Amino acid sequence: MWADLFTGSVLVGLLSSGIRLATPYLYAAIGETFGQRSGVLNLGVDGIMLMGAFSGFYVVFLTGNLWLGLLLAIIVGAIMGLAMAFISVTLNAEQGISGIGVYLFGLGMSDLLFQKLVNNVETVRGFQPLHIPLLSDIPVIGEIFFQQNILVYGAYLMVPIAWFVINKTTFGLKMRAVGENPEAADTLGVSVAKVRYLTVTFGGIMSGIAGASLSIALLNVFQQNLTNGLGFIAIALVYFGGWRPGWVLIGSLLFSMVNSLQVWVQVIGIEIPSDIAVMMPYLLTIVVLVISAQRVRQPKALSKAYERMD
Amino acid sequence: MRVRWSALFDALLPLIATLAALLIGAIMLLILGANPISGYAALFEGAFGSMNALADTAVKATPLLLVGIGICIAFRSGVINIGGEGQMILGALAATGLGLAFPDLPGIIMIPLVLVVGFVAGGVWGGIPGYLKARFNVNEILSTIMMNAIAVQGMNFLLRDLMIDKLQKGAARIPQTARLSTAYDLPRLVPTRLHLGALIAVILAIGVYFFLWRTTIGYRIRAVGLNSHASRYAGIKVPRYIILSLALSGAFAGLAGAVQVYGVNHFMITDGTAAGFTGSAGFNGIVAALFGQLHPIGTIPASFLFGALLVGANKLQRVTQVPAALITALNGLVVVFVVSSEIWRRKNARRRAIQALEANKAGEPQPAIPVNPQEEEHHVG
Repeated sequence: MWADLFTGSVLVGLLSSGIRLATPYLYAAIGETFGQRSGVLNLGVDGIMLMGAFSGFYVVFLTGNLWLGLLLAIIVGAIMGLAMAFISVTLNAEQGISGIGVYLFGLGMSDLLFQKLVNNVETVRGFQPLHIPLLSDIPVIGEIFFQQNILVYGAYLMVPIAWFVINKTTFGLKMRAVGENPEAADTLGVSVAKVRYLTVTFGGIMSGIAGASLSIALLNVFQQNLTNGLGFIAIALVYFGGWRPGWVLIGSLLFSMVNSLQVWVQVIGIEIPSDIAVMMPYLLTIVVLVISAQRVRQPKALSKAYERMD
Repeated sequence: MRVRWSALFDALLPLIATLAALLIGAIMLLILGANPISGYAALFEGAFGSMNALADTAVKATPLLLVGIGICIAFRSGVINIGGEGQMILGALAATGLGLAFPDLPGIIMIPLVLVVGFVAGGVWGGIPGYLKARFNVNEILSTIMMNAIAVQGMNFLLRDLMIDKLQKGAARIPQTARLSTAYDLPRLVPTRLHLGALIAVILAIGVYFFLWRTTIGYRIRAVGLNSHASRYAGIKVPRYIILSLALSGAFAGLAGAVQVYGVNHFMITDGTAAGFTGSAGFNGIVAALFGQLHPIGTIPASFLFGALLVGANKLQRVTQVPAALITALNGLVVVFVVSSEIWRRKNARRRAIQALEANKAGEPQPAIPVNPQEEEHHVG
C-alpha cells in the first residue's frame, strides 16, 4: 500500500496539491509577519480569513466575477485589519485577548451572513488553473509548479516582495525599529502608530486574500468555520519562520505537504484512522513551536502596547 | 467625590462595553430586517421568561463558570489559556470512559470519581502547554489552540472506535457512546433541568477566590502575573507557577466537560467539531471571566448573563429568523470592547494617583484613597 505513494502520478499529485495548499498559509503568515515585525500580535487572523472567505464567495456566487470577489475580500480584510490596529495601537488593548475577540466576531459574523444570505451548500466556479506558457509543458515539473491558479502564484510572489520590503526599504527599517525598540524609534521621529497601523492593516488585507483563496480558488465553497483554525496555524508559522519570509515559506510548504500527504494517504486507502491523520499537522505545529522557540528571538516589543509619555 | 465617581465608572465599564455590543447587535438586527426591540425581547423572554428558561440559563452558565474560574487563575498568573475547548473534551472523554468501564457501581461513589477524573484529565491537557511554556518558552496561546485541534481529533477517533456504542457497530455507525448508567446522572436540584453541577460550580468559584487571595500559592500565582521578574528575584519559582496555573485552568475546564456529560448529555456524540460538544464554552468562558474582571466571584453573574444570551439566542432565532450565530459575533465584540475599555481604567487610575500626589504636596493630610485592592492587578499577559 505504502509503495503506491511513490508511483509517479501519485507523487506528482501529492506535490502539486502540496504547492497549492500552501497558498492560504502563505498569504496569512506573510501578512502577520509584517504586523509582528512592528510589534503587534494579531490573533484575529482566522476571523478575518473567514470574513474574507465569505465576502469573496458571496460576490462570486452572485455575480460570477472572481476579481470583484477578491476585491471585496481585500476591502473587508482591510477594514478588519484597521479595526485591529485601532484596538491595539490607539486603545492599547491587550493584544492576545482582543485578537480572540476579533476571531469570535469573524467566526460568528461569517456564519450569520452565510446562513442569512446563502444557507445552502453552493459551489462556485473559482479561479481556474493558469498554464504558464512553455514552463507548464515541462514534464512533471510543469505539472507540479506551473499549472496552478493565479492566487497560488501570487502567494509565492509575495515571499520575495515581503523579504525585499522588510530588509531593503526604509519602511522595512522603520518597521523593524518599531518592533524592537519603539521608544528609540519614536525619539528618531518615526511614528510608531503610523507604522503599526500600516502593517496591521496590510496583515488584514492578506488575511482577507487568504480566506478568499480558500473559498474562490482552492475549495470553491463556503461553510461555517471554513478555515477550521488555519489562521492560527499561520500565526504559528510566523513564529516557526523566525519572522523571516523565506523561513515562513519553508514552514508553509512543510505544513501543506504534510496535509497533502495526509489526504493522499487516505485517497489511496492506506489504513490509518482519518482522525489520527488529520491530527498530524497540529502535532507537527507544536513540535515546530518547540524547535523555533529555541532557535530564534522574537521582536522585543511584540504584543507590547506602546504608550507615549506626553 | 470625584474619585468615587471614577471608581464607579471603572466598575461599570464591562457593563457599558456590553451595552455597546448589544447596540451594535441592534443595528445588525435592523440591517437584517428584524425589529431589534422584539428581537431582544424574545431573547430576554427565552432566557428568563419561565422557570424552565431560568433553569436552562443556569445549566448553560455552568460550563462557562467552570471554564471562567480556570481562566481567572491562568490570566491572573499572566498566561493566556485559549485551550478550554480541548481541556473540556479531555475531561469529558476521561470521565465518560470511566463511567462506561464501570457501569455497576453506586452513584455516590462513581459521581465524585468521574468528576475528579475529568478534573485531572483537563489538568493534564492544560499542564502540557504549561510545561512547554515553562521549559521551552513556547507561546501558550498557540500551543493551547493546537491542543484543542488535537483533542477534537482524539475525540472523533475514540467515539468512532474504542468508545463507540456496541449497538452502533455494524449499524449506522453514528460516532456516539452508549448512555451512561442512570445511577450516575448528576442529581437535579429542582424539577427542571438544573443539576448539581451548577451548585458545584458556584461553590468552586468561591473556593477559587479564597485560593487566589487567601493562600500563599494563590498569592504567588498572582505575583507571577503582576511581575514575573520581581517574583523571580523574590525567590518564587516562576516556571513552576506557570505550569500550575495552566494545569489548574485546564482542570476546571476538564471538570466542565465531565459535568456537561453527567449533568446534561449522559453520553458523548461528535459531529466532528469541538463546538458540537462544548457549545464553544471554552471560548465563551473567557468572555465571562473577562466580563467578571478576572475575579472568580464576578465571574458568577457574568456566566449567568452569557448563559442567558446563549439560551435566549435560540428564541431570538425562532422569532426574528436571525441565526443564533449573531451571539457568537456579539460575544467577540464584548471581548474587544471590554479589553479596549481598559484604557479608561488606566487613565482613571493615573489621574487618581496624580490627585493623591498633589494633595500630598499641598501638605494636606493624605486622604484614604479608595483604590480597589484589585485595581493594579489587572495587567494580563
